[in-house]
Amino acid sequence: MPVKTVFKTSIEHISILDENGKFDEKLGKGLIPDKDLVKLYEHMVTCRHFDEVAFKLQRSGRMGTYPENRGQEATSLGAAYALRKTDWLVPCYRENAGLYWHGLPMEFVLLHWMGDERGNQIPDDVKMTPLAIPIGTQMLHATGLAWAAKYRGEDTIACTFFGDGASSEGDFHEAANFAANLDIPVIFFCQNNGWAISVPTKTQCSAPTLAQRGIAFGMDCIQIDGNDIFAVVKVVREAAERARKHKRPTFIEALTYRLGDHTTADDSRRYRDEAEVEVWIQRDPMIRLRKYMTDRKLWDDQKQKVAEENAKREVSATVKRAEEIADPEIKGFFDAMYAELPEELKRQRDTMRTSSIGQDPNQIESPLHAH
Amino acid sequence: MANLTLVQAINLALIQEMEDDDRVILLGQDIGINGGVFRVTEGLFQRFGADRVVDTPLAESGIIGTSIGLAMAGLRPVPEIQFEGFLGPAYDQLCSHAARMRVRTRGAFTVPLTLRVPCGGGIHAPELHSDSPEAIYAHQPGLKVVMPASPYDAKGLLISAIRDPDPVIFFEPKRIYRAFREEVPEDEYTIPLGKARIVTEGEEITMISWGASVIECMNAIEASGRSIELVDLRTIYPIDTETIVNSVKKTGRAVIVHEAPKTGGLGAEIASRIMEHCFLYLEAPIQRVAGFDTIMPYYKLEHEYLPDATRIGKAIEEITAY
Ligand SMILES: Cc1ncc(C[n+]2csc(CCOP(=O)(O)OP(=O)(O)O)c2C)c(N)n1
Ligand SMILES: [Mg+2]
Repeated sequence: MPVKTVFKTSIEHISILDENGKFDEKLGKGLIPDKDLVKLYEHMVTCRHFDEVAFKLQRSGRMGTYPENRGQEATSLGAAYALRKTDWLVPCYRENAGLYWHGLPMEFVLLHWMGDERGNQIPDDVKMTPLAIPIGTQMLHATGLAWAAKYRGEDTIACTFFGDGASSEGDFHEAANFAANLDIPVIFFCQNNGWAISVPTKTQCSAPTLAQRGIAFGMDCIQIDGNDIFAVVKVVREAAERARKHKRPTFIEALTYRLGDHTTADDSRRYRDEAEVEVWIQRDPMIRLRKYMTDRKLWDDQKQKVAEENAKREVSATVKRAEEIADPEIKGFFDAMYAELPEELKRQRDTMRTSSIGQDPNQIESPLHAH
Repeated sequence: MANLTLVQAINLALIQEMEDDDRVILLGQDIGINGGVFRVTEGLFQRFGADRVVDTPLAESGIIGTSIGLAMAGLRPVPEIQFEGFLGPAYDQLCSHAARMRVRTRGAFTVPLTLRVPCGGGIHAPELHSDSPEAIYAHQPGLKVVMPASPYDAKGLLISAIRDPDPVIFFEPKRIYRAFREEVPEDEYTIPLGKARIVTEGEEITMISWGASVIECMNAIEASGRSIELVDLRTIYPIDTETIVNSVKKTGRAVIVHEAPKTGGLGAEIASRIMEHCFLYLEAPIQRVAGFDTIMPYYKLEHEYLPDATRIGKAIEEITAY
């Protein structure tokens, strides 16, 4: 037979709690204990409120550009919940909910967007890397972090988040190829929110799914409803197991949507249809979860009120910590450059000068005084 | 004549070049229906259609690499990289390919592309949105590097860049995208690449700068009350040595101002050229007022980093007193 099929595949899509709050018992049973579910939802309430406050801080001139997370909370949160505190989270910039769950103090994200590097000074015991501004670069770092754990014989893994847009960068393909071919325990978590600023996902990928990109690298891949925290938890657990036990990477495509503009510097009305946004508002990960919990008598309006009050208290304390921090020291941007500062850089720091005469005070004095 | 911002002047130049020459096409991220994140390409998608104003996948190496192919095939691509901080992935295509194609094929292939890219700090932007990497590309033989400091120059220089037969990086100082307006002729005109502009004439000091720093220099000069000749380089490579040398021979003193880090910056190159040509005319050591040899700090401290009128003013005082 001169022509034969050498490879055939299909991509599975997983949804457990759908947008109407309908729950698939078979897939979802026992996945998240009720007590945890309530905590996860409360955490979402806090993060949603944080997001609203961060937006207002920008609008009132108290903070720089900020990318709203609204609508995407279930992805990173579900992943962080399914992972261990010792695993690495390697984020982009729309993963506040997962990062806080993982242990990042909330004011760090505000400090970052307030133009302060101390927002990246991740505490030693929080296993995450700073927000990644250059798109599509961090997946290689995640691969290296996971590789190091494997090298040391630890069962730590890494999970990296990135967007549909980021999946077009060459670095993504290199990361996936390294991970698959060198057996690296890393999870590639792609948040397909439909847009890379004004560019729709179809410009990044004309195949029916992004998930199938994993196939080309020989790694397991799956598509899920990213606004369904149950689906997220299920697939991340499976991917984590695959990584820990078999040192194999997984590619997850989570379908989600950013309900806000790309950032506060963007105006999404220029390029997307309000009707599309309306559809996705109905698919909000929090609406369905609240409905499900209410149906199960795990939640009621009173609890919602309390959760919202707690969120307000926590977020306003966070804002206070971020805004009341002392001004950064000017010498900080010199001193942190190298483990040991070169003499020239010390001189620049101490004189705050780069000019040829003024940089060296001795040189100013003698000739200036001589004239 | 219309009173335009730098953004509008660039927009006008693009429209006119596209109308004149259907080999000119634009490609980049969010330049289509969104009009670019700085709105530089506003209205062009609607006017010229999706074949000539192309939103690409999110990949800088792809944008420049395919532009090289488009250019080798005889088109005049004008790619945009959204911010200078994202030139990294495009570096290989720019320096290993665009810059070398003509010489390695002895002219059989050429790469007449014009890469537009916003640069520089001072707008409270996030990380990697405020760098000044012009020296890196000026150091790469085979590329031309341009940076306008005014709307009038932006239009004339961009038209020259698009018509130039070799690859040009056209850096757009984002701090002055909308900082002021200027009379810009409606008709097309060109400003030759490689020719500096004397912004103000003077006798005591020659001050050399480019991009947004030119404005800081003007402020410092005004505050000093001295007679200072300000040279706006306009083209960073090839450098207009002649204009610089003639001015320094007259004044005997030179101050070079740039936002990019001092070490290995263009100031070092310009200072060397002055030494080569004007050694016996100099009355004082050449001054550089530059960014520090640090990573551009996040915006809380960016004004500590940027050379401003005060720091330039100190250099004026010191070089005068020397
Ligand atoms: C290397 C690089 N190129 C361009 C940009 C500008 N930019 C910032 S976010 C973005 C779109 C990212 O889209 P996606 O990866 O889908 O993530 P999303 O914002 O949708 O979460 C672009 C083009 C950047 N930050 N880094
Ligand atoms: Mg996206």
